[in-house]
Amino acid sequence: MSIWEYANPVKFMRISGAILPWVVAGAAICTVAGLVWGFLTPQDYKQGSTVKIIFLHVPAALMAINIWLMMLVTSLIWLVRRHHVSALAAKAAAPVGAVMTLIALITGAIWGQPMWGTWWEWDPRLTSFLILFLFYLGYMALWGAVENPDSAADLTGVLCLVGSVFALLSRYAVNFWNQGLHQGASLSLAPGERMAAVYRYPLYLTMLGFFLLFLALLLIRTRTEIRRRRLAALLARENLA
Amino acid sequence: MSLLAVRDLAVARGGLRVVEGVSFSLDPGRALVLRGPNGIGKTTLLRTLAGLQPAVAGTVEAAPEAIAYAGHSDGLKPALTVTENLRFWAEIFGGHDIAAVLEAMNLRELAARPAHALSAGQKRRLGLARLMVTGRPVWLLDEPTVSLDRDSVALCAAMLRAHLGRGGAAVIATHIDLGMPEAETLDLGLHRATQARRESRPAGFNEAFG
Amino acid sequence: MKALLIRDLRLATRAGGGFGLALAFFLIVCTLVPFGVGPEGGTLSRIAPGILWVGALLSCLLSLDRIFALDFEDGSLDLLATAPLPLEGAVAIKAFAHWLVTGLPLALSAPVFGLLLHLPGPAYPWLVASLVLGTPALSMLGAFGAAVTVGLRRGGLLLSLLVLPLYVPTLIFGAEAVRRGAAGADPVVPLVFLAAITLATLALAPFAAAAALRVNLR
Repeated sequence: MSIWEYANPVKFMRISGAILPWVVAGAAICTVAGLVWGFLTPQDYKQGSTVKIIFLHVPAALMAINIWLMMLVTSLIWLVRRHHVSALAAKAAAPVGAVMTLIALITGAIWGQPMWGTWWEWDPRLTSFLILFLFYLGYMALWGAVENPDSAADLTGVLCLVGSVFALLSRYAVNFWNQGLHQGASLSLAPGERMAAVYRYPLYLTMLGFFLLFLALLLIRTRTEIRRRRLAALLARENLA
Repeated sequence: MSLLAVRDLAVARGGLRVVEGVSFSLDPGRALVLRGPNGIGKTTLLRTLAGLQPAVAGTVEAAPEAIAYAGHSDGLKPALTVTENLRFWAEIFGGHDIAAVLEAMNLRELAARPAHALSAGQKRRLGLARLMVTGRPVWLLDEPTVSLDRDSVALCAAMLRAHLGRGGAAVIATHIDLGMPEAETLDLGLHRATQARRESRPAGFNEAFG
Repeated sequence: MKALLIRDLRLATRAGGGFGLALAFFLIVCTLVPFGVGPEGGTLSRIAPGILWVGALLSCLLSLDRIFALDFEDGSLDLLATAPLPLEGAVAIKAFAHWLVTGLPLALSAPVFGLLLHLPGPAYPWLVASLVLGTPALSMLGAFGAAVTVGLRRGGLLLSLLVLPLYVPTLIFGAEAVRRGAAGADPVVPLVFLAAITLATLALAPFAAAAALRVNLR
């Protein structure tokens, strides 16, 4: 059986309906457990208790980027193979990605206040996330503005491709523009730069939790989109008859 | 040799097929009139033949660059004069003589007038003149007689006949009688698509989720 | 191709074509900024590179929807799509025509607006150079945005939302070149990046724009 069979709406509904409760349960357990564990970690000698915001900030930032990547992949699948569920999945993921970006921006601002002494710093990483947020807004606005779903899927797919190129370009342009205060990667593989295990393990758990949370929201939203399209198709047929 | 051959064509509007099983072929000198109630898909069929939208099923065979499409709007710029409008399209489609066309369409005395100063009927005539300067043999006309008075309708029919006489062909969607008894008629009402489930690739979201 | 360029230029310069509106808008922006930040010359000359680039960018944005909207409404776009000219070529020509009537005049007249904002002397050549190198990308990306939004009601607002994030890299390198010029530093590096972005955009964006147009013509 080919993997593409899951792109069949009927099959997708059946399978996603079956796994959804497990994903929701996993998301709840991992997120809550990770956040509670993270909250109980000792205070950092340099950053004090503010370090704990990392358990929201890093997973949200990670998902913000990965959701855009997932939208890029599903848009490509739609443009190349014309699987309708793929286009709907990209549409369904966008608001989740936008909210994740917003969480990363807000937690970044709250973290920045005690660390850098200002609520907003035009730091390259934060700025890149602000630009990414603008791309999410444009993508969602375009889906909302085009009435014909076939045109909307094609146009947003092309926009996603072009937007990906320019989001990446902006990321490096912003580096050129301002060197920044942001700390290095939280999960660097180089020894020495790595954060202590006491923070690392709860962080892994919240990252898994956020991923499962996204998966659950994605499944729910894609199922809603499929039902909405089904309803629209029935109405269109009735209008034609 | 036929100029345009259509086999088992199905076209879709709004993600649902509206017309299917359309087959015909047009030889030089022949015209085909599309009839059918409003909303049956005459415009959609013409746009599919012109290559502006993909066919859902079936094939359209025509020589490359054989088809000229004239839709509801004429593609005229109000700020440009009649001559400028025509010369532009003539150059885009490969430089044909516009003087003869102005003559044939009775537009000579209007040649220097800006298009915004033309009456609706005159604009329509200019739009049809644009078809002539493309130099393409197969014309697709969508309601060519809208806003034309009786004399202009007769002029339009005469122009069409002259085009057929030169070895051209035309597909015309129209409600009124053009006064061309020699044209064949295709009633799209007989080809209305049934909304049965199909195994083939869906025409759009509405068919994929229907 | 030449016929299309000449027609677009003729339409833009004839009555109702809106030629010069972008320049007037640029002048208004450069007049309003000192009212906002105060008349003090030191402050103005420090922010002048950024204001001039943002002003040029917004002036460019103003006329973007005209690239395709009028041709879409009157059916010209249907005819262009069935013409022997490839649609990608038509898109590139129309973006070029847009640049000739907005971007190029903006770049050439920018020194006058620089005077209004006390732009430091050494920055003038770099201001013109960066605008000449950068504004073609603004027109081409704008043509992409215009192609995506061409059939939409209230497309103008959406067009800004889609296009402005795409302008970020061009703005960064363009304004950086002027700032370095003003500070007496070497502006060649940002100019090279700016030119690279413009060339890549000119090469690739026509394909995306033509694809979007074909979807909207269906």
